[in-house]
Amino acid sequence: MSGGKHTLWEVMREKGYSRRDFMQFCSFAAAAAGLGPNASAAVAKAFEKKARPPVIWLHFQECTCCSESFIRASHPIVADVLLDAISLDYTETLQAAAGHQAEKCKSDTLKAYAGKYILLVEGSVPTKADGVYCTIGGRTAEDILQEAAAGAAAIVAWGNCASYGCVQNAKPNPTGATPIHELISKPVINVPGCPPIADVMVGVVTHILMFGRIPDLDDQGRPKEFYSRRVHDTCYRRPNYDAGLFVETFDDDNARKGFCLYKMGCRGPVTYNACSVTKWNQGTSYPIQSGHGCIGCSENKFWDNGPFYRHLPSFPGFGIESTADSVGVTLGAVAAVGVAAHAISTNIRKRKLIHDQVAEDVKNTPENEKVDR
Amino acid sequence: MPSPHVYRRIYVWELPVRAFHWINALAIATLGVTGLIIGKPFSVSYAQEASFQYWFGTVRFIHFTAGYVFLFNMLVRVYWGFAGNQYARWSTFIPTTKAAFQEIVEVLKIDILQVSVKGRIHIGHNRLAGLIYFITTFIFFFQALTGFALYGPTSHSILGKLAAWVVPLMGSEAVVRQWHHAMLWFYVLFVMVHVYLVFYHDYVEGRGTTSSMVGGWKFEREDQLDH
Repeated sequence: MSGGKHTLWEVMREKGYSRRDFMQFCSFAAAAAGLGPNASAAVAKAFEKKARPPVIWLHFQECTCCSESFIRASHPIVADVLLDAISLDYTETLQAAAGHQAEKCKSDTLKAYAGKYILLVEGSVPTKADGVYCTIGGRTAEDILQEAAAGAAAIVAWGNCASYGCVQNAKPNPTGATPIHELISKPVINVPGCPPIADVMVGVVTHILMFGRIPDLDDQGRPKEFYSRRVHDTCYRRPNYDAGLFVETFDDDNARKGFCLYKMGCRGPVTYNACSVTKWNQGTSYPIQSGHGCIGCSENKFWDNGPFYRHLPSFPGFGIESTADSVGVTLGAVAAVGVAAHAISTNIRKRKLIHDQVAEDVKNTPENEKVDR
Repeated sequence: MPSPHVYRRIYVWELPVRAFHWINALAIATLGVTGLIIGKPFSVSYAQEASFQYWFGTVRFIHFTAGYVFLFNMLVRVYWGFAGNQYARWSTFIPTTKAAFQEIVEVLKIDILQVSVKGRIHIGHNRLAGLIYFITTFIFFFQALTGFALYGPTSHSILGKLAAWVVPLMGSEAVVRQWHHAMLWFYVLFVMVHVYLVFYHDYVEGRGTTSSMVGGWKFEREDQLDH
């Protein structure tokens, strides 16, 4: 791996791509980063002039689905080139080197390109028991992360694991799995999703490469161009929602007609992602299009807001079958019984009180007349 | 021989307080019903295409509109807590004196043990009711905040943007929605107990509690008037 010396254009030429291929790639990269059609010239300029920054890709508590997603980016050149566009100096899954050789490769890059390399992190970091739940080469994940983060020009958290902790971080979180932005004081670009959409990942990396700075982030550290809209708002089934046309069971006629999956527990209304716009697998489909509700995999703590097939999540502390509604109805019934019992008891007592009151009034009648009203 | 009780009319609830009460009641009823429907939509006609109906969108629209009414009505009442008469002021909601705490115990005895009214109960909100309304105010604002936090991303509402910080604070929108929905049941319980206790206190105190929220007048025995 060539360690950030060449520009992307040089690398592509070496590999035998034509100028046309390069321009095509630049247009795609501009589109992927959410830029307008005129931006491809600027992109081409950036890729011609700027040396490729070296990239360190760290893997901690994860399942590698982010890597799997990334290498399936939709544009054919992207799969081939983007891994070259970034000078991927270290990634356990894809690198040829192994053992001490690989570790040396990483530490060389950390030293030689301090303050210049891009750090991509996949997976959460366990913090319980001094981090023994994830160690690589005898060092804890947190140790490795802190070392790599210190000199990084930009840090990207791939997937729900690195952004929010994902399933490792779900209750009761036995390993103390922690999202990386909680461990690092620098700004972290969160790219949540389980996994994130390949084209979104490419878009984020492209943005950093092109502009040499991190994209605009929202209050949860997510790039605005991909995470500012809810899956629900861009969903092609949305008109059915507003019309009150819902799938009632997965095998009913409404499901066949493609009605809204809201009542089947679809998390689209509370999930921010580009699924219904960018879609998956070269823009083929996405879960809702395939008849399954969104499970909200790009949202914080989505594992703790289950079950996935019910609109209302379980109510905390009342067991998996409970909902806010079932708890509420029970409390309402208790209150109704209490009020009824109270009313009955009051009315029994009322008789005696009214009796006494009347007796008192009768006794007082003569004085009563004298009172000046 | 005890002399008969002479009552005097006291103007307790000024117009803004009464208006607040009934607008609030209406808003809460509307929000509660539409909220339940949004949480668990019922099945209407599936015969028509989506382009020919919009009933669920309309229900949501009513909910959002009522939400605005609810919030601004609340804010006016907060202001009136500083500008209104002694019965409307915040000092009647927050118990600070020893007498206030004694009254809370007294009212608890009346409500739960059903003992007869002996001591003097504040002619405005009784001290227990005042305290509960004070706590309720926070729940009202919690509901407004979570509501606008959920509403914000779907609109250009400034209020939605102002409440945007709630989502990262609570974790995610799914959690915000969960609690916003759960608090709906607080209102159901509150209304049941509130309405019942108004009737109950009307009876045990005999001071016209129920009608006072319409006309504004309550009745106080002359021998208890010196405050």
